Amino acid sequence: MPFLCRCLGAACAAAAAAITLASGVALAQEQPHVFVNARLIPVGGPEIPTGTLVVHQGRIVAVGASVQVPANAVRVDAAGKTIMPGLVDTHSHIGGGAGGDGSAALHPDVRLLDAFDARSSSVRRALAGGITTVNVMPGSGHLMSGQTLYVKLRGTPSIDGLLITLDDGRIAGGLKMANGTNPLRPQGGTFPSTRGRSAALARDLFVKAKAYQEKVAAAGEDAAKLPPRDLGMETLIEVLDGRRTVHFHTHRHDDILTALRIAKEFGFTPVLQHVSEGWKVAREIAEAGAPASVIVIDAPGGKLEAVDLSMTTGAVLDEAGVLTGFHTDDYVTDSRVFLRSAALAVRAGMPRDRALHAMTLAGALMMKLDGKVGTLEAGKDADFIVLSGDPLSVYSRVEQTWVEGQKVFDLARPEDRLVAVGGLGATRGETLYAHEEDR
Amino acid sequence: MKAHRRAVVSAPLLALACIAGVVAPAWAQVAVRGETVHTMAGGSIADGVVLVRDGRIERVGPASEVPVPKGYREVRVKVVTPGLVDARTVVGVSGHLNQPHDQDQVERSTPMQPELRAVDAYNPEERLIEWIREFGVTTMHTGHGPGALISGQTMVVKTKPGSAASAVLIPEAMVAVTLGDSGLADEGRAPGTRAKAVAMLRAELLKAKDYADKLAGPEDTRPTRDLRQDTLARVIRREIPLLVTAHRSVDILAALRVAKEFNIRVVLDGAAEAHLLVDEIKAAGVPVIIHPTMFRAGGETENLTQEAASILRRAGIPTVLQSGFEGYVPKTRVILFEAALAAARGLSFDEALATITIDAARLLGVDGRVGSIEAGKDADLALFDGDPFEYTTHVVGVLIDGEVVSETVR
Repeated sequence: MPFLCRCLGAACAAAAAAITLASGVALAQEQPHVFVNARLIPVGGPEIPTGTLVVHQGRIVAVGASVQVPANAVRVDAAGKTIMPGLVDTHSHIGGGAGGDGSAALHPDVRLLDAFDARSSSVRRALAGGITTVNVMPGSGHLMSGQTLYVKLRGTPSIDGLLITLDDGRIAGGLKMANGTNPLRPQGGTFPSTRGRSAALARDLFVKAKAYQEKVAAAGEDAAKLPPRDLGMETLIEVLDGRRTVHFHTHRHDDILTALRIAKEFGFTPVLQHVSEGWKVAREIAEAGAPASVIVIDAPGGKLEAVDLSMTTGAVLDEAGVLTGFHTDDYVTDSRVFLRSAALAVRAGMPRDRALHAMTLAGALMMKLDGKVGTLEAGKDADFIVLSGDPLSVYSRVEQTWVEGQKVFDLARPEDRLVAVGGLGATRGETLYAHEEDR
Repeated sequence: MKAHRRAVVSAPLLALACIAGVVAPAWAQVAVRGETVHTMAGGSIADGVVLVRDGRIERVGPASEVPVPKGYREVRVKVVTPGLVDARTVVGVSGHLNQPHDQDQVERSTPMQPELRAVDAYNPEERLIEWIREFGVTTMHTGHGPGALISGQTMVVKTKPGSAASAVLIPEAMVAVTLGDSGLADEGRAPGTRAKAVAMLRAELLKAKDYADKLAGPEDTRPTRDLRQDTLARVIRREIPLLVTAHRSVDILAALRVAKEFNIRVVLDGAAEAHLLVDEIKAAGVPVIIHPTMFRAGGETENLTQEAASILRRAGIPTVLQSGFEGYVPKTRVILFEAALAAARGLSFDEALATITIDAARLLGVDGRVGSIEAGKDADLALFDGDPFEYTTHVVGVLIDGEVVSETVR
């Protein structure tokens, strides 16, 4: 048996022969893998009723109705299956981490990176739902709860294996802000108890950040003139420079406008999150050029700001020209049924292709990772999911989730099926809600 | 302000022929023709007709056998099912605003309050009633919820708009009990542990038994009337069951143990670990209102499975679905969505539909009136433009007692 096969321990004896999807080799790194006879939804182009996907060394090599297949490729027959890009979840609380604490309402220095548990069963749940790229966020119980973390669910048990490193060497992530009721505390103090104070506290921080930014710029090459290092200020400078995205949790129409107003004042464009009343201010959101990541949820209410929540929000915003995506806000909704968001949006009037875009490329664009993920396209990361049927059908299962050419989830594996369906031992140490106000 | 609604078609799909200026009478005559009619009483009918007269199902059968009499308004849809029955919810009592003043499903001043009635807490105008009605729910079992040892009573009511007393099918349906962590009282108050909770429950049932015996005995030993004991006496006499919310195996087994000791009726509610206790539950002959299929797993529910309904029903345990209680967002689940996922997790289409129609009605004891499309039963219908379980299908109309109560395309 070749050394490689012994190492991998998988059924790689079927090197050149056609093998079924069920016995597919987990690693698609050394040899190209070709998935044939599948329905392909590239998202970046029209759906292909019967097509071929070629992946090699973690990247997509080719995708189309008929493509050049490398000679030494492992052929996987995906007849009857649908393959689409791995889903991008722009707002999730998997990994069980919290951000800022009760000492202050604004924590630009706090990083979700330092609290994320890569072994959490919630991470496995996301893979079971077909999610491959996630914006993991601290909560909304603060005006600014901390830095978010962009991760690829590569299946490694340690956080370092999930990180996305940018060209400038930084770890990819955003900054979480929130307004509306969640950050309010009736006793006030360091926390606001009204909307007016919420906005003033946030603006005040950005004013300080601008001053710090000016000091840094004025120091130029002279290290002696630099202000003392400040983790929070450094993060805020990244926001002001456009190198870090603010993800702004906001529900009510007036809170949405407040978020946009503050962002405009300080020269950045936030990604609006939840946007429950976005349908009321679609034009304003479009004019601001702000993307909107929407939560699709079973019923209105639960909090005053979500009373006028509508399932049509995705359709209305998309039609108004807003870059529209969906998210789970796991565990407010379950990552395993993320695809339901697209289907319910279509139910409420969103065109099919726009809904699927909102699950994939839209999120990638919001996270500025569209160069690597979000579509089935040559050159992009081999992040894709194999479905038993149409992505919008309740009867379809996520059968396999592949990240960078590695099969990280397989419904045929008992341990993965347990996560997908639940049962004894499926869940370890998860709390039911990630919302600070439920303390 | 009402949430934005988007009609897929510009005119109401139910094109009821109306003479201008004349309001349609409540007891109208309607013929609903469906490409598929799921009667839940002996199979589905292709190209079926349901005749509705004076609020009841007059007749149902294939179009070829059931001519539409003169004067009946015709409605044509793709799929017809019985109006959906949500076997356990708190809608109408636990309000959508989720503020202290609109949360009436549990009161924690004292741990055992079986005398609290659902009718005294029910708001028929609550927004979420309309919400679930628009998704096809016509009958629901609602009232006091989980969160206290005995939180109060539940009732079975139709989701009709308005305050008609006729909407209530069973004013005192069950007595809601919670065992396990979520039934414990706050710091320092009883019950503070599981064992204490069960001891308190048993002591209260003993008192009730004594009260019930004395009520039936000679006049000179008749006790003074006590609302609390009246309610529990009904449980002792097996007139109404205890609806026990219990997720952990330890709590489910405690419920079965108490049921056996007092020979009372118990219905398991939630029961996340029921799939681990199939033999015991089957032997006890206890029905289960299983947690919603998409219920979150964590803490007491960490071992739940989406296949629970399938596992229990296969073992012969009467099992139906619920939308349950939610403490935050979403403020209610939608039973149609929960059944849809159950149909993709081991239940057949018919089984899944049964858990939210006839089987639910039977468990609640209202199957004489609702739960299936049969001559003589109430004309409660849900109309769809496709497979009711596909997320992309819409509810296009809902009838209760022969009246169109929703035409919103949802």
